[in-house]
Amino acid sequence: MITFKLTPEQELIRASAREFAETHILPIAGELDEKQEFSRELTSKIAKQGYMGIIVPREYGGAGADVMTYCLIIEEISRACAAQSVTMSLTNSLVAGPIINFGSDEQKKKYLPPLARGEKLCCFALTEPNAGSDSANQETTAVLDGDEWILNGTKIFISNGGVADFAIVIASTDRAAKIRGLTAFIVEKGTPGFTVGVKENKLGIRASNTAELVFQNCRIPKANIIGGPGRGFRIAMDTLDGGRVGVGAQGVGIARAAFEAALKYARERKQFGSPLIDFQGLAHKLVEMQMEIETARLLTWKAAWLKDQKKRYAKDAAMAKLYGSEMATRVCHAAIQIHGGYGFIKDYPVERFYRDARITELYEGTSEIQRMVIASHVLK
Amino acid sequence: MNIIVTIKQVPDTNDVRIDPITGTLIREGVPSIVNPEDRHAVELGLSLRDEAGGGKVTVISMGPPQAEVALRQVLAMGADEAVLLSDRAFAGADTLATACTLYHAVKKIGVFDLIICGRQAIDGDTAQVGPQLAEFLNIPQVTYSVGARLENSKTLLVKRMTDVGFQTIAVPLPALVTCLKEANRPRIPTLRGCMDAYRERPFHVWDASYIGAPVDDIGLRGSPTQVRRTFQPSPRGNGFLLTGDAQDCVLRLVGLIHERGLV
Repeated sequence: MITFKLTPEQELIRASAREFAETHILPIAGELDEKQEFSRELTSKIAKQGYMGIIVPREYGGAGADVMTYCLIIEEISRACAAQSVTMSLTNSLVAGPIINFGSDEQKKKYLPPLARGEKLCCFALTEPNAGSDSANQETTAVLDGDEWILNGTKIFISNGGVADFAIVIASTDRAAKIRGLTAFIVEKGTPGFTVGVKENKLGIRASNTAELVFQNCRIPKANIIGGPGRGFRIAMDTLDGGRVGVGAQGVGIARAAFEAALKYARERKQFGSPLIDFQGLAHKLVEMQMEIETARLLTWKAAWLKDQKKRYAKDAAMAKLYGSEMATRVCHAAIQIHGGYGFIKDYPVERFYRDARITELYEGTSEIQRMVIASHVLK
Repeated sequence: MNIIVTIKQVPDTNDVRIDPITGTLIREGVPSIVNPEDRHAVELGLSLRDEAGGGKVTVISMGPPQAEVALRQVLAMGADEAVLLSDRAFAGADTLATACTLYHAVKKIGVFDLIICGRQAIDGDTAQVGPQLAEFLNIPQVTYSVGARLENSKTLLVKRMTDVGFQTIAVPLPALVTCLKEANRPRIPTLRGCMDAYRERPFHVWDASYIGAPVDDIGLRGSPTQVRRTFQPSPRGNGFLLTGDAQDCVLRLVGLIHERGLV
């Protein structure tokens, strides 16, 4: 059965997330972006709301909510500041997700509660200088030495990399076996040989920390492997499938912020003696924006629903991510156009939305990779 | 500490229009919210419960079935239990009949230390229900409070705002307090709070016969108030702000006062 109505509980969750975002995030989002500052204080407030452990089961200190609920909250937080939703997305889908789905009971008990409470931050380290879209081409290696694995390599563009207390690191434990030789490790901050390299200076989501991670003869206990040796690629791909649903919701949130700003501006700004909204060309532009936002939201909700129903959702997640991200860029572009020159200066928020939107087309698989994923499903 | 907080679901008057012909509220399409000062009342109740190191906050509201949403929202803030008073017999109640209905519900709940109400609802602005409820219950009341703390288990110190300043009153419990928005910043429901509000917290719906409210004292029949006329106040005109250094502003202000013949 298809229903397009949220439950009263979901409505309450959405309204609360909106109120939280408008009260605690929106007033400082511009400043954090300008200063390129990752705010621990704000991250802690977000955690206290329960937004770091949305999908974490209750027995591990989370809310035990579903993916649909996760998407509702991500949309509201992204509407205020996409960078904050990146931190949430990492914690929930990229780190808690694989630990919930593939981790041992000990790993769940040890790592999930502090994540859900916001006491620990984390990151997911897959990308390397020579393993971007070609993520299977891992040059980070781990070699077994007694009861420990010795990890060597460099990861780049790692969201939360500079602030994380532990990282999930994908490394090759058997180069000859290619993707079947990849393994997922939990590496804790403070492990000798684990250092944070360059912090990136970014176009958008500047209040999110993005850094390089360097591993030099890092000794990792065997117990820190997630799901067993050789399962790393499967874990990474499965994790990214889940993450893409959230990126769709992020795109919707950013685009909604841009649309709302453009609508407000179009009502207030007068040219040729009339508010902009009375010019049909601009009114139609706003209609297109709204229609695209709703389309992306429906794709996102469908992917979330499929995941919640434990049905296959990889294609739908890729569609939600691809459409949601490219839509966000288009809508933000139009929002600046409606603002005219004012949209280009930092006194108005739409330039931030435009810069923030751009990342959604790149991370968790570029648009080109999403097209490959979708093609593999629909062109067979 | 057992605390009862009364709340009301109201149309969001930020979003409300008035029919220019009938002078009544146009309610269609207007979202309903928890009356803003009632959220402060709930927050005061929650913080007093937590300060006392235990007890229970019961939220109660008279309204149609859809007022459940408002009660769930304050359950999500952290209240322990909710009672919705819903019955066609309650319909059309003025403040007296509302207070009478709440009185019977409070009697049904039984033991309590404190009742907290928002000062007034934004759709009626009467500020009468709280004081009337205290009268029905024959307990002391402190209105216009901006904060309260327990002096001991039998006495509450309530700070109230008056036209000339603040007053702190020691009131013996049980008592009733009405609360202003200056009292606190209501907490925003957490994710778990929202989920528990719908899944875990006890929620009761009581009708007139269950609370033993006599039909002649409630609803339209129990309401002596007669509305003679409703009208929209005429707009006040636009204000404006003088900016610049103080001396210059004062000179301009004096000039304007003379110019407009205000003295």
